[in-house]
Amino acid sequence: MALAKRIIPCLDVTDGRVVKGINFLELRDAGDPVEIAKRYDDQGADELTFLDITASSDNRGLILHIIEQVASQVFIPLTVGGGVREVEDVRRLLNAGADKVSINTTAVLNPQVVQDAAARFGSQCIVVAIDAKKVDNQPFEWEVFTHGGRKATGLDAVKWAQHMVNLGAGELLVTSMDRDGTKIGFNNPLNRAISDAVDVPLIASGGVGNLQHLVDGVTIGGADAVLAASIFHYGEYTVQQAKEYMRDHKIEVRL
Amino acid sequence: MTKIDIAVVDYGMGNLRSVSKAVEHVAHGKSVVVTSDASVIDKAERVVFPGQGAMPDCMRELDSRSLRGAVLHAAANKPFLGICIGMQLLFDHSEEGDTAGLGIFRGDVKRFAAHQVVNDEKLKIPHMGWNEVYQLTNGQAKPHALWQDIADATRFYHVHSYYAAPLDAAITVGETEYPERFCSVVAHNNIFATQFHVEKSAQAGLQLLRNFVYWKP
Repeated sequence: MALAKRIIPCLDVTDGRVVKGINFLELRDAGDPVEIAKRYDDQGADELTFLDITASSDNRGLILHIIEQVASQVFIPLTVGGGVREVEDVRRLLNAGADKVSINTTAVLNPQVVQDAAARFGSQCIVVAIDAKKVDNQPFEWEVFTHGGRKATGLDAVKWAQHMVNLGAGELLVTSMDRDGTKIGFNNPLNRAISDAVDVPLIASGGVGNLQHLVDGVTIGGADAVLAASIFHYGEYTVQQAKEYMRDHKIEVRL
Repeated sequence: MTKIDIAVVDYGMGNLRSVSKAVEHVAHGKSVVVTSDASVIDKAERVVFPGQGAMPDCMRELDSRSLRGAVLHAAANKPFLGICIGMQLLFDHSEEGDTAGLGIFRGDVKRFAAHQVVNDEKLKIPHMGWNEVYQLTNGQAKPHALWQDIADATRFYHVHSYYAAPLDAAITVGETEYPERFCSVVAHNNIFATQFHVEKSAQAGLQLLRNFVYWKP
């Protein structure tokens, strides 16, 4: 099979800057979004994901400007998420140059937005982001959380994934809240359970600390794409190095 | 009258910014316009015909803007590049919503079969990501002009659940494997059309666009 597994650097953006936190806290500045996007494109990134984590609604428009700038200089697929509340937000992001829009908290609060956006713009541009955490107070293993991991929903992450695909999600971005920022690797059992339960591609996210974690995400977790932030932002590895490592472990990549 | 080098047809289906920016990036000094005006399409020297979303919606929107005639005229007369749904629309018919296409090429647009398993993993639909495109010469001495400076089996970015199956095998100049080989590029006279997104395929896509901008069919 010749389809390459994708490596997707993720840029958390707030107030026009890229930042990286640990367990969704302690944000550190990582640089200018356009410069970082160009660098990753040069290194051979397969796509880029921008997550707008701006807290105040005053500065939310900044992401549109960033996407416009990036989209006129970088010719690979761009996904944008964070703060998407209605179909109109999806339209604005697509018009700014996003190829896909990721919907997270709103998918839980108002699933109709996922359905309407998929019907209007096509499933290929609707990504549903699922933040999941292992729990022991529920009849299932992984629970969906919203609001950046602060609010429990009572939803089973695997069933929720299937429901989102039925509503029209064309791809799932699954983040393990237990792993995010920890550098101990993806939650592969979670990803495997969701990947096997749906027909659409799965992007694994949360916890990458070394290149073997990317390999495990694909071979053990069943991910079609792997997303990482800090290992790339701070120059520990280039995307090129990550791809060479994956290729050496018999994973198809674009080199 | 202002000269229009390249018109990107806008019939309200999806964002054309990526397409126009990528064309501008390689078409130095040429005028690139995004338009839903038939007279602009008529005047343009060459035409890019993109498309996103569902094929029934695309056909409906194309007709609601009275652009069918201009698109057919361009496809018959000038360098014409179809992208994604803009390729699928050139065929007779699509299984997606049982939709009639523009009928320039004979054949059907079909959905990837569901529930296929390849190497113990489920085949995911949509087919999404970077896949190798195998260039076909169809008995010609050289590959098609738009393959110039692009190596065989170069990866391009695909996102789709449907693919075209031309009745005339001779128009297929590119194939992709998922899991069977399917037609991902057709060419005939002044028409070239790709299932994958040239505007999102990094350097390989820009090279193909550059080849189109200077193509003399």
